[in-house]
Formats: sequence, structure tokens, C-alpha cells
Amino acid sequence: MNSLHQRKERFSLFAWVAVAIFGSVFLFQRDLADWVTQYPEAWTLPAATWANIGMDWFVDHFRWLFRAISWLLTWPMDAILGLLTWLPWPTTISLFIGIAFVAGGWPLALFTLFALLYMVGIGYWTESMRTLALVAVSVPLSVLVGFGLGVSAWRSERANRLVQPLLDLMQTVPTFAYLIPILLLFGFGPVVGMIASAIYACPPMVRSTVLGLQRVPEETVESGIMSGASSGQLFWWVRFPSALPTILVGVNQSTMAALSMVIIAAIIGSSADIGWEVLSTMRRANFGESLLAGIVVALIAMLLDRITRGFAQDNQRSKRAFSLSPRLILGIAGATALSFLLLSLSVTELSEFPDQWVFYPAAQINAAILFFTVEFGAALDQIKNGFLFFFLLPLRIGLENTIRPFTWGFDLTLTMKISYLIACVSLSLLGGYRYGWRVAVAIGIATVLLYFGIERMPWPAMVALLVTLAWQAGGTRVGLFTLAGLAFMLVTGVWSLGVRSLYLCFAAVLVSFIIGGSLGIWASQSDRVSRLVRPINDTLQTMPLFVLLIPILMFFQVGEFTAFLAIIAYAIVPAIRYTEHGLRHVNNEVIEAAIASGCTPLQILWQVRLPLAIPEIMLGLNQTIMFGLAMLIIAALVGTQGLGQAVYVALGQANFGEGLVAGLGIAFIAMSADRIIQAVSAGKKRALGIK
Amino acid sequence: MSSDNPKLRCRGLWKVYGPNASHFFAQSHDKESRIKTIRDSSHIPAVCDVSFDVPEGEIFVIMGLSGSGKSTVIRCLSRLIEPESGTILLDGENLLEKSKDQMIEIRRRRVGMVFQHFGLLPHQTVLGNVAFPLKIQGLSISEQTNRAQQMIDLVGLNGREQSYPRELSGGQQQRVGIARSLASDPELWLLDEPFSALDPLIRRQMQDEFLRLQKLLNKTIVFITHDFLEALRLADRIAIMKDGAIVQIGTPAELVSNPANDYVAEFTRDVPKLKILTAGAVLSEVNPQKISAPLEGNPTIENTTTIDQFLPILIRSETLNVANNAGDYLGSISVLDVLKKLAEETIS
Repeated sequence: MNSLHQRKERFSLFAWVAVAIFGSVFLFQRDLADWVTQYPEAWTLPAATWANIGMDWFVDHFRWLFRAISWLLTWPMDAILGLLTWLPWPTTISLFIGIAFVAGGWPLALFTLFALLYMVGIGYWTESMRTLALVAVSVPLSVLVGFGLGVSAWRSERANRLVQPLLDLMQTVPTFAYLIPILLLFGFGPVVGMIASAIYACPPMVRSTVLGLQRVPEETVESGIMSGASSGQLFWWVRFPSALPTILVGVNQSTMAALSMVIIAAIIGSSADIGWEVLSTMRRANFGESLLAGIVVALIAMLLDRITRGFAQDNQRSKRAFSLSPRLILGIAGATALSFLLLSLSVTELSEFPDQWVFYPAAQINAAILFFTVEFGAALDQIKNGFLFFFLLPLRIGLENTIRPFTWGFDLTLTMKISYLIACVSLSLLGGYRYGWRVAVAIGIATVLLYFGIERMPWPAMVALLVTLAWQAGGTRVGLFTLAGLAFMLVTGVWSLGVRSLYLCFAAVLVSFIIGGSLGIWASQSDRVSRLVRPINDTLQTMPLFVLLIPILMFFQVGEFTAFLAIIAYAIVPAIRYTEHGLRHVNNEVIEAAIASGCTPLQILWQVRLPLAIPEIMLGLNQTIMFGLAMLIIAALVGTQGLGQAVYVALGQANFGEGLVAGLGIAFIAMSADRIIQAVSAGKKRALGIK
Repeated sequence: MSSDNPKLRCRGLWKVYGPNASHFFAQSHDKESRIKTIRDSSHIPAVCDVSFDVPEGEIFVIMGLSGSGKSTVIRCLSRLIEPESGTILLDGENLLEKSKDQMIEIRRRRVGMVFQHFGLLPHQTVLGNVAFPLKIQGLSISEQTNRAQQMIDLVGLNGREQSYPRELSGGQQQRVGIARSLASDPELWLLDEPFSALDPLIRRQMQDEFLRLQKLLNKTIVFITHDFLEALRLADRIAIMKDGAIVQIGTPAELVSNPANDYVAEFTRDVPKLKILTAGAVLSEVNPQKISAPLEGNPTIENTTTIDQFLPILIRSETLNVANNAGDYLGSISVLDVLKKLAEETIS
């Protein structure tokens, strides 16, 4: 056993040494042949063209089917759209307040009132109702389909094996890439956005249905059988109600996904909803307008989230906790709504919110932003340049190319190069001496990457490095999967775009994880910080991604740095969450044992909580990467280079093949990262004996 | 108790886990060689050739440690798990030959089951949980409520009808489980470690409650436990299981005074002998020659009285007359006889 372990260790070390030699050979022979630095075009396959040919054929033969579905779906959509835009605004508000009250009591009802008053008061009522109508049709659709798929995946192992990878793919292929085939098949119009969002919102529903049904305790099912339930009764009266809390969590997640896709689908236009308003004003750099519209989106997101979550939790609360019966409240709300409806027949202010009542301070906000950017422009530029020169550029093109009089104030001399080399080697040796050879290898790789830059690494070296990393961390299968993904990017000719995306995502995830992890540690130690951070996290997480771009865009304009910040703003959430959760939920007996052994609070944190929380923190890192990649796509709007931009451009040209190839590239990156980290986390859990 | 026609008869029951579980039963084998074949092909024999009878109205306790197969046996009795081989006769009908629909009907009317972790429906109130088997049978709401209310009163939960399971203590939750299992008045009552998840004090209380209910209802009972003392307290007869097979079946007194092997003896070692050994057991040690007529003036006790019960009387009069429940004189026992019996039990 022990000797086997030793042999494995030696083999791993040998593998890394081989990678190091292999990598350095290519690194120092860069000038020898072109194919080392740049994957030759002659070696690529025209995958995008083939995909387009296939898609054209498919569209030619099956368009009628999809157009028919699209035509069918316009009916319910037009009905709801017509209803929501026709209803007088006070009527709609009354109904919403009634629902909100049942879901979450007074606080939520009050919040709903203010949120809807904002929408009507700012003059975005019709746009908001259009967005809501799209969500209102797509959510039931995806909930029904998701539930059906979930049940069949739970019923049959074969169906499950079919559905699971599909879900993985659906959740990792960038949202923009979805839109292209949908656009080609279903045509234009608001119904396309709705279909896209219904598809996008399916996976969480499927997952929670499967999970909920799997988690029904065996004894509960057996008690149902022993009561003499037939198989139908067993499902609908025992399994389904027991799984309902989990399934409702899925409904909540589906709703949020549907909303975010409805907003993103505005990019293909023609829906005249609030997402379009945000996007078009942002494109014209009218930040005041887009901020005001963005707040509407944020409010809708929070409303839908709180209401659906309220219903999900209500199911677990005792029903007697209500002082007023839901039926009574809904009755009152309905009556109020009806009386407003009748009143609106005579009072025109009620049927149509009068223009002169609208308060629209976009111009003032624009002036304020202008004042701020002029006044503090120098400081903002300094922040931006600081990050660019000392972090982003070295990562991308290496210290070797970054250090110039213009950036760092001096040129890189031979002495400096040699000192860097000596410093790196000694640091690596020191790390190896104290913490084992893996740390030495990690430091060695990091310093080499920093010197030459991720983008300038020869592709064979990069492939060898990443595949070895995946193989060492997750085993042969993960290694092969990563190899396949990288080969796909090379062969389809999107390698350099992929590396560019990898670099930006890596940089942002690194910063998110460091800052988020620190905040998470702090929040785990202080209840006050935790209380402060939680609502901010909730808000950031429910926010459709577009909206996050606006405030950053206002101050830093279009460019990679804005994208970098936007990714951090979104990806930091799971880093904080998982770290805090992991640290707080360490087995209490272990903590008590540590206290009893006389540990100081700091020793408990560093030597007990942190090591035990590592599997959970790793999952947080995983989520950070997934969130980062999701935002990377959206950030294409504010000017990035890489796969995200490629997908975005392909969407603009309705080029299915290009979008597919670039989108799959990102999906491969996401899935490889996911598999690597899950494997490491699972390994750590096993080593710690945590279930 | 007519053992020719027991309420429940289980014969040659086998349950094997593994991909080809059924194929070990194509040919006839004796038990030991079959177990060996099963183990050798890396299948798991969970229940091996288990046979027992339960007469009407008896509390039959199956006792075993975890992994002994006792829970599998009770699940085979109700066909929650399909055994590979054997017969299970309920009133002479083989349950293993019943169709799916017939089993549903049998579970609805004739068999009730209680679970270790209660198995309650989290979204239903106490009333809803107890009424659930009745609802499934399609009874009217008023019938459901009436019957469920009776059961709730029976287990002493009146006043908590509208509570949800999560609002109840473990003991109360198991009362709900018991009420539900009795709702459709089953003949056969299966209890799978019903009190194992409860605190010791509550467990004791629930055992008393269980005995009270049984006195009232007179069901035919199969009761699973891993607690030997619980088995002794509740059982009319006990079956001890180990590695999927029954090691010994007998009354509590038989097991304690006559363990079949070291494994059973290990359990009986810590048993408080005073509570198990009866006057009759002490008498069986006395030389029959010495038994003559009852001694005048000495108190008479029944042969089922345990030592701890008659000890105070014995201290006062040194010799006791023992009679059976019909009043026939069986013999006399002295302090010395009791001491001898205890010494023998403790040393062996």
C-alpha cells in the first residue's frame, strides 16, 4: 500500500519533470519554426463551414416544424402580453401585491408596491410588462418540460445517462450561442426570445426534480407501499409531495434563468422590452438611461426571486403561522384590482399613466457621471493602468514584454532577468523544501508563465501543461477529456481565441477568489459582516448579467478592464458564499475538541476550520470559474477579445457554425475546469473522511 | 396456540444480493454449500433459509445486530423486497405467489407496518398521515376522519391532530407511525425497529404503550430489534439472527437458560437473571424425588413468577410452594434452590 503510494508519487514527479523539459524545449526554440508559436492554419478543419452546411440542410427541411411551434406559441404569448399591457396599472399592482403578500407577508408586499411604482413612475411600464409577459409564458413551459424530463431521468437510468451530459452542455454553452440556431429555426420576433429562455430555464428544473425525487427517504416510500398505494398513488401522493420543496427550489431557479435569458435575448431585438431598453441605451453610451432601465430589470429580478422563493419556503413552514388566510388576501387584492379596473373606465389617469407624472432623471444622472469622470478621471485612469500594467499585461504577454519605460518606468536589463531567475529558482526550492515537490512545481510554472505570458506560450507546451494538470488532479478520464477539448480548439482554429479567454477568465477568477475568499473568511468570523454581505450577494446573484455592466461601464468605458471588473463583480459571489459556508459548517465536535486542546481562535481558523473546509471551498472555486465564464460571454458587449467575442460576432451575423465552434470551445473549458476541480474536491473529501 | 395452522408461516426464505441472484436456486443444495457458492461468486446472502411460525396473537421478536438480515426478513414478509426463494403463508395463502394488485389489496387490509425512522409524510398533518391508508383505499372523508381520530385517541395523541411531523418529538412521531399502521385494522402487524431511534426513557415508555396496545388489540406481530433486553421484555418468542440465518428460536426464559451456542450466550450474559428466571425454572433444578405434598403454612406462587418478584416473599418464609395457573401443586423451592440456580446460570 505504502510502496504503491510512493511509486505513484515518483511517477507523478517524473511526469511533471517531463512536462517541464518538454515545455522548455518549445519555449526556447520558439524562433525555430512558425508552427511552434502559431498552430498552422493548414492543420485545421473547416468545422464551422461543415456545421453551417448541416444547419442549412436542417433548416431547409425542418423549418416548417419549428415555425409551426413558434406560431403556436405566439397565441398564449399574445394573450398574456395583451392582457398585461391592457390592464390598468393600479389593477396589475394590486394583484401583484396580493400575490406578494401571500408569498412573503408585509415586507414583500411593500417591496412589490415600491418596485412597481418605480416602473410606472419612471415611464417604463409597458416595457416591464412585456418582459414579464415573456417570463410568464416561458416559465410554465420550461417547468412542465423540465419536470417531465426530470421524472423520466429519475425513472430510467438510461434516460438519465442521456439527459445529464445534455444538461452539462446546456449550462456551459454560452447563452449567445443558443440564440443562433433558435434564430435560424424559429425566425425573428419576441417569441424567439421566449423560446430561448424556456430552453435555457429547463436544466435547473430537471436537476431539482431528479434530486428531489431521489432524496425522498426510502422509509417514506415504503410506508406508502405498505399503506397499499398503487403506483400512481405512490408517485402523486407520496413521492411528489415529499420532493416538492426541492422541486420548488427548481422553479425559483428556472424563473431566474428565464428572466436572465429574456433580457439577453433582447440582443436579437424586436421585443421592445426592458432588456432592449437597457441594451440600446448602453450601446449609445446613454448611461443615465440604461441605469434607470437597469434598475427596473434588477427590481423585476428581485421580485420574481422573492415571490417564487417565498412560495418554495412556504411549503416548509407551518400553515397555521398565517394570521390571515391566503384566500382572504387574494380576495381583497382581487376586489381592489376589479374596482380600479372599473374606475379606470372613467378616470383616464388610471388606465394610462399620464406622461406629465413621469419622473425621468436620466439627463441629471448623465451630468453627474460626466462631472465625476472629469473630476476623478485621473484617479480612475491610474487604477485602470495600475491593473493593466502590473497584473493583466504581465499575465497575458509576460513580464518580458510588459516592462518598458512607458509602463513600469524602466527597461528590463540582463541583470534583472538573472535576478528574476535566481529569485524564482530559490523561491521554488524553498517551497519544495517546506511543502513538498508539488509546491515547487506550482511555483516554477507560475513564474515561467508570468515571465513569458500565457498568450505567448507555445501551444504544445500549453497542451502538455494543462493535460498533465487535469490528469494529475482528476485521473485518466479527466485528462483525456481535457485533451479532447484542447484538440478541438486547435483543430477548429479557435486556439488563440481560447487562450485569450482563458487568460482573462483566469485573471478575473484569481482576483475574485482571493478577494472573495478573504471576505468569506471574514464573514465566517463575524456575524455582522456576514449579515452585511449576504443581501449584497443575493442581489448580485439574482441580477441579470447585463445590469452589472452598467455601473462599471459608466466609469471605465469600453475595454478589457471593464470586462475584467464585470467578471469579478459576478464571480466573487460564490467565492464568498462557499468559503463562509465551508468554514462555518465544520463538524462542531472537532471545533470543541480544538477548543478543549487549548487552540486560540486564530489557530482554530487556520489549523482546523480551513483544512476541513477545503473541499467546500474548492466547490466555491468551481462555481467562481463557471460564473466567470458566464460573465465572460456577456462581457463581449463591452469589448473583449476571445471566444466570447467570437460568439457575439457570430450572433450578429447569424453564423451558426462560427458560434457553435466558439461556444463549444467555452463549454469545453468550463467542463474541463469543472471536472478537474470536482475530482480534487472529492479526493480531498475522501481523504478527510467527510461525506 | 395451534402450531399446525399458524397465522404466519415462513419457510426456507432466501434473499441474495448481486447481479445473478436468482441463478443459485436453479438446483437444490443444502444450506451451507449454497451459502458458500453464493459467497464465492461475490454475491451477498442477506437471508439464508429462514423459517419460523407465528401463531395468532403472538409477539414474535427477531433480534440481531446490524447486518444480520433481520430488516431484510421483515421486508420480505411484506414483499417490499422480493426474496429469491421460499414461502410466506398468511392464513395459508402464499404471499409470494400473489400478483401486484393482490399485494396492494393485502397491504391495504391485512398487513400494517411501522418503520424505524417513522416514514411519515412531511406535508401531511398528524390526521392526514394517520388517514393516509384510508384515503388510498378511497374511503369517504368522514369515514377517514372518524377512523383516524379513533387511532389518534388510541395512541394518546389527541389534541395534536393538526400538527405537522416536524413539530413533534421522536416519540410522538412514532405514535403517529403506529396509529397509521393500525388504521385499517390489519391482522399482521410488522414493526421494524420501531423504538431504536428514540431516547432510552421514551423507548421504555413506548414499550409499555406497545404492550398495552397489544393487550387491547391482540394482533399477530413480527417485531424487529437489535436490543436484546427489548426483545426479552416484549417477546412471547424470540428468534436470534446472525449472518442472515436464524441461530435460535425460543421463549425468553429458554434463551437465557439454554442458549444454543456461544453467540446467543454472549447476549444473555449481561441479562439481569432475576428478571428472567421463573419459579418454574428454579423448580426444574430441584430433584423430583424431593417433591412431596405442599408444605402447610407456606405461601404459594405461580410457576411464571420471576425471581425478583417472589424474592421478598421468599426472604420471609424460606420455602415456597409453586403451582401452575390452574392451581395444581408442582413442588417447593427454598432459598438454597434459588441460589444454586443463579450460581449455575452465572458460572456457565
